[in-house]
Amino acid sequence: MYKEPKILVCGDRAIAVEFGDEISKECNESVIRLYKMLQKKNIEGIDSVIPTYRSLLIKYNPLKITYEKLLQIVKEISESKAENQEAVSAKVYEIPVVYGGEFGPDLDFVAKYNNLTAEEVINIHTQPLYKIYMIGFTMGFAYLGGMSERIATPRLEKPRTEVKAGSVGIAGSQTGIYPLSIPGGWRIIGRTPVKLYNPSSQKPFLFEAGDYVKFVRITEEQYYQIENEVKMNVYQVKISDFANHKIF
Amino acid sequence: MECFKVLNPGFFTTIQDLGRYGYESQGVPNAGAMDEFALRIANILVDNHENAPCLEITLVGPVLEVLNDTMIAVAGAEIQPLVNGFSRPCWSSFPVRKGDVITFRPVKSGFRAYLAVAGGLKGEFAMGSFSTYVNGKLGGVKGRPIAKGDILESGVPKHGLVPKKIRDEFLPIYSEEEEIRVILGPQDNYFTKEAIEIFLNSTYLITEDSNRMGYRLEGPPIKAKEKHDIITDGVVPGSIQVPANGKPIILLKDAPTTGGYVKIATVISPDLSKLAQLKPGDRLKFKAIDLLQAHQVLSEFEDKIGQIKKSLNMVRYFHVRINEKDYDIGLEIL
Repeated sequence: MYKEPKILVCGDRAIAVEFGDEISKECNESVIRLYKMLQKKNIEGIDSVIPTYRSLLIKYNPLKITYEKLLQIVKEISESKAENQEAVSAKVYEIPVVYGGEFGPDLDFVAKYNNLTAEEVINIHTQPLYKIYMIGFTMGFAYLGGMSERIATPRLEKPRTEVKAGSVGIAGSQTGIYPLSIPGGWRIIGRTPVKLYNPSSQKPFLFEAGDYVKFVRITEEQYYQIENEVKMNVYQVKISDFANHKIF
Repeated sequence: MECFKVLNPGFFTTIQDLGRYGYESQGVPNAGAMDEFALRIANILVDNHENAPCLEITLVGPVLEVLNDTMIAVAGAEIQPLVNGFSRPCWSSFPVRKGDVITFRPVKSGFRAYLAVAGGLKGEFAMGSFSTYVNGKLGGVKGRPIAKGDILESGVPKHGLVPKKIRDEFLPIYSEEEEIRVILGPQDNYFTKEAIEIFLNSTYLITEDSNRMGYRLEGPPIKAKEKHDIITDGVVPGSIQVPANGKPIILLKDAPTTGGYVKIATVISPDLSKLAQLKPGDRLKFKAIDLLQAHQVLSEFEDKIGQIKKSLNMVRYFHVRINEKDYDIGLEIL
């Protein structure tokens, strides 16, 4: 973490507020805090904000808000650390996953690579609360932090031409869920029937940066049941307050 | 109302407005018109909201059958529009009638043209925009370029529309080599002074490997002091990434919202319109300006659009037959 956040000029219509040069919880929390506070304040002239691991990109319209004014707002928020904690409270999404078999064709490889059984991999994978550091790469793709190194596995040598939406994968020491069916090289260990992306919804994406994901193991039978409920639009993802969870 | 039947879609024709904002934190690219200036002018010429969806035509125009009387305008690349074979000027609006067929001659200069319809085109509205984002299958016509047989719809044209034309002094001149203004950063400190000199003093070629996501450039490589990778952070249309091979990539409207390569500079927003008219094989040079100058340029850009709006010339079209031959005559009313 830097002592003072750095302001980087990204052309005539954006700045990045960079809090450090590291992937850390602390650094990301500063990003998320500024992100949520700016969203809450809904400032005229700010077009959009993109939280990433260690910086917040702020797109603005210089014809509506001056660069100086923007810097002043950022500074004020950054300095008022204590207040408005409730503005940065986080949610935990429970994501049901069926592991292995046709849903997770690489589960056995991940187990073998790490000298574990498939059961052990599942246990390790379902333990943590994974923090959503940022969303990028493709629409709705969440970068999750907190996976155990014990199940880290390199990417496929040859990426698949299509990975089904909902697939849960491992790439190095990262884990994540494919929100759409796209090509990809992650080791797929399971799949969720939950829709992370629903283009016709008011809120098209389930996740938001700063929140948490908890994977919960389900059976194939439960998978099809939930899938059905999702189709009928009656399934509700279990969401709880992060404050009520034990921190691992 | 139904306005066109697509008889031939052209090379790559999509529905675009000024883009999709507010969903970048969820990884949704802006998309939107590559040349915002031309799109806005096309809309102004048919009395639309400046953000109304238009057809973005790339290199080869579509063939459209008109399904209802309306008014259209074409701006951007010099691509001669024809109505039933009779030519119509660019940067102007003109009426079309049910049964007319609109075609285009090959592009003479520039790369992308915008066809606006009075009342604005319609399409699928997704996350605050009609813009087509092909990779995400969003907006426009099922999230894809228009295709043969598609029926396009528009809003209802305003009553009493008069064809208009912008004054010649405002017409942009497209060349095959442009100076593109940039602001250095956000990671220019990853490069030596010499590397930045190379970047600013070389001519770069736009390669075939270029599209709405980005332009890949060929030219003298620029090497970072140590590494070309950074912790993935946010990018904007105009961000210039330099991967390890030293060949710059300018990110554009369909680019992802985040990236992990160092960014030496960012193209200023008014010059994205200029950039949009360069095609593979064309050349560009970068010129660094500071933020203050860039905001000055942006104000002037907006002022210019205001002046264009105020100074439109009226045009009237007549169809005449002389010695068994048909002629279309357009008269500019001064």
